[in-house]
Amino acid sequence: MWQLLQIELFKIFRKPRTYISFGAIAAMVIIVQIALKFDGQSYIEFILGSLKETLDIPYATILNGYFVCFVILNLLLIHIPLLIALVAGDEVAGEANMGTLRLLVSKPVSRTELMLAKFFATVVYTALLLAWMAFLSLALSILLFGKNDLIIARSDALEIISRTDIMWRYLAAFAYATIALTTVAALAFLLSVFAENSIGPIVSTISIVIVFTILSEMQIPLYDRTVKPYLFTSHMLGWKGFFYLKTDAEGVSIPGTIENLPAVLKSMGILLGYIVLFAGAAIVVFKRKDILS
Amino acid sequence: MAACYETVTCSYQLNMDVINVSHLSKQFREFDAVTDLSFTVREADVYGFLGQNGAGKSTTIRMLLTLITPTAGEIELFGMNLRTHRKEILRQVGAVIERPDLYKYLSAYENLLLFAKMSGLRVQRKQLMEQLEMVGLAERAGSKVKTYSQGMKQRLGIAIALVHNPQLVILDEPVNGLDPQGIADMRNLIMHLSRHLKKTVMVSSHLLNEMEQIATRMLIIDKGKKITEGTVDELFDPAKTLVEVEVDDTKAAAEIISKSHWAARLQQVNADHLVLQLHKNQLAQLNKDLIEMNIEVTGFKSGNSLEKYFLSLTGTNQHVAAFTN
Amino acid sequence: MKYFFYILPFFLFAFAANSYAQDATALVKKVKAKLDKVNDYEATGEMKTNVSFMKVPAAQVKVYFKKPGKVKIKNEKGVSLVPKGTVSISLNNLLSGQYQALDGGTDNIDGITVKIVKLLPLDENGEVVLSKLYIDEARLLILRSKTTTRESGTNELEMSYGKFTDYALPDKIVFSFNTQDYKLPKGVTFDYDDGSQKKKETGTKESQRGKIEITYSRYIINKGVSDDVFK
Repeated sequence: MWQLLQIELFKIFRKPRTYISFGAIAAMVIIVQIALKFDGQSYIEFILGSLKETLDIPYATILNGYFVCFVILNLLLIHIPLLIALVAGDEVAGEANMGTLRLLVSKPVSRTELMLAKFFATVVYTALLLAWMAFLSLALSILLFGKNDLIIARSDALEIISRTDIMWRYLAAFAYATIALTTVAALAFLLSVFAENSIGPIVSTISIVIVFTILSEMQIPLYDRTVKPYLFTSHMLGWKGFFYLKTDAEGVSIPGTIENLPAVLKSMGILLGYIVLFAGAAIVVFKRKDILS
Repeated sequence: MAACYETVTCSYQLNMDVINVSHLSKQFREFDAVTDLSFTVREADVYGFLGQNGAGKSTTIRMLLTLITPTAGEIELFGMNLRTHRKEILRQVGAVIERPDLYKYLSAYENLLLFAKMSGLRVQRKQLMEQLEMVGLAERAGSKVKTYSQGMKQRLGIAIALVHNPQLVILDEPVNGLDPQGIADMRNLIMHLSRHLKKTVMVSSHLLNEMEQIATRMLIIDKGKKITEGTVDELFDPAKTLVEVEVDDTKAAAEIISKSHWAARLQQVNADHLVLQLHKNQLAQLNKDLIEMNIEVTGFKSGNSLEKYFLSLTGTNQHVAAFTN
Repeated sequence: MKYFFYILPFFLFAFAANSYAQDATALVKKVKAKLDKVNDYEATGEMKTNVSFMKVPAAQVKVYFKKPGKVKIKNEKGVSLVPKGTVSISLNNLLSGQYQALDGGTDNIDGITVKIVKLLPLDENGEVVLSKLYIDEARLLILRSKTTTRESGTNELEMSYGKFTDYALPDKIVFSFNTQDYKLPKGVTFDYDDGSQKKKETGTKESQRGKIEITYSRYIINKGVSDDVFK
């Protein structure tokens, strides 16, 4: 199994298209960092709204590496599913398109082992992509903008997190984001089994993610009660839960706490459930599939 | 050809049936691809698997390689049931399925390494280079496959099929897209595999002239069903010599012959000739009797070829167009 | 003669009123004199923010004051959002300028009887409309102030004294102020919805109250404060 995983990783990282994803992330992150370096104050004014009329805003200290990283994640994580689908959707469909699938399946390796190796290779790719994003958005931002307290804008509240209370939250958030994007990878992987060309699974995955995200974000009571809690996209934003703090009776936030950890863990559990469901279904379908390509 | 290296232990006994297929069927939603097919491939056979395009050859081969699940029937290879001993069986099988498609963005060496590892081998660079040397690709080992010609890809496909020293080699349409030199090379390779390396080779093809030269036993299928199976000698029985008699009026001639003692020998009535099947020794007598029956014979051809035999079994000349590459 | 006795009560009342006003003015003068001992200070303290839409940890801050009226709250190690009306957290600033002091009676704060003095600024165009001071006469300390401004509504200051009573500098202040509600579209913030009960919605334009509590641990008094600090 380990050997199969090595082979699958070798194939992924020898394909030029894999590096498009890493390059795209680098470009996106650096563009945002440059924009904030030149005009971060405008962005801060935007998120603080009319508060600048009643509060003194320390723009220089707000614009620090932790803040920039949060802005990057907020803006860009929604686009990463496309880069994940690009590789995951190609795992089986791409082999069928190339004609190599029939060679693979006729080897003395069970279909289950083959699919597990392919899926885990996709997970490794996803994790590496997130690690790359973490390095650029966090480490590079800290290098360029320094460290200070983090201010986060929620739709109805502002949170300030002390600088000594931030790093572990980011590590947890990136780990959570990896799980969230693995869910997208698992979906693309499942759709890849049904196609003989990777464009279909890639486009289908992105379409599903977009539609579900819209349903997740819309404030329509009919969807809130029926559909929203079950959509995996509703739980993909759970990484933000690590940045919501508890407050004491006086309204002062308590360092080292998470406002609703059970909810975050529940969301994580739901995402893991979807991963098992999608990947499991992919294996079951593939085991019965006639390879005609 | 370089000597092969014994890296996989053969666990089956000698002189047994290498492939034993009984009552194999495959139904797709739209049509029946294979119906109640049974055949046997013996050790050291060069087994010709013949049929027109769409006859069910590739479907059958894919079932042997577990790419397709049969609807019914049993498959045994090396005396083991394919369903229950899949891994052990496939370790001893090498296959080239139709056009060999490989990872174009990898080099020949990398492709070979990858598939060798998947076949369960612990490989060293030297072994792989020897394999590439054997198929004449050692100098281009580092080139990406996307720069290869069709013939080179075919040779690389063969190298991949043989890298783990399998006892059974399955070649599905191996000469497709090859030039005459390539076809000759492929023929020589198959002979070498069988005669010198003692491998069992199953070859599916629609190039009947080629198969006639190399196959020891054959299976002919049409529309998913077995038509006939046997050795070349069994198929080309002198008692079953086919004769083409060219006449001006085939209808009239057929009517006369059908009232004679040759009636049972009449196989086909075509637009410009009749086909009769008779013992080779009766040719002279037929010629004489036709003259006595006042049938104007304009041409007289006898002798069996696989193509003729095949066409006689599977249909008329209108199918010939299907065989052109 | 009988008219004299009709008019007398009025004279007595006016005399009394004038006396009370003079008392209020004198009291404020005494309090101001005590406050004027401080030309500048640099104070260290812990600031807690209690605003409905802000979740902020307790922060270590420095508060700078320099006569005649400069005040700055700085969080040198982090980010703090401080209301713009913080100038009025300095009592020294409350008593600057020209005003008329009126007696507002007495009240009781934590068992201490305090004199209420209302200050009406004579500058009709100034930001402050009215200040109400709750003064501990015995110690000449302001325990509470309520300041009504034109733009920012009413601010309140509650003071507790201990170690720095001699300089009329509090150990702890609680500053209450008005603030606007805060709202951003969810399509911009992409909040994580954890499925818990939503907070009661308030109007977007409705004014809300916020509180800042500073507990001072140290004052460096009259050692000089650079003007750069207030930039």
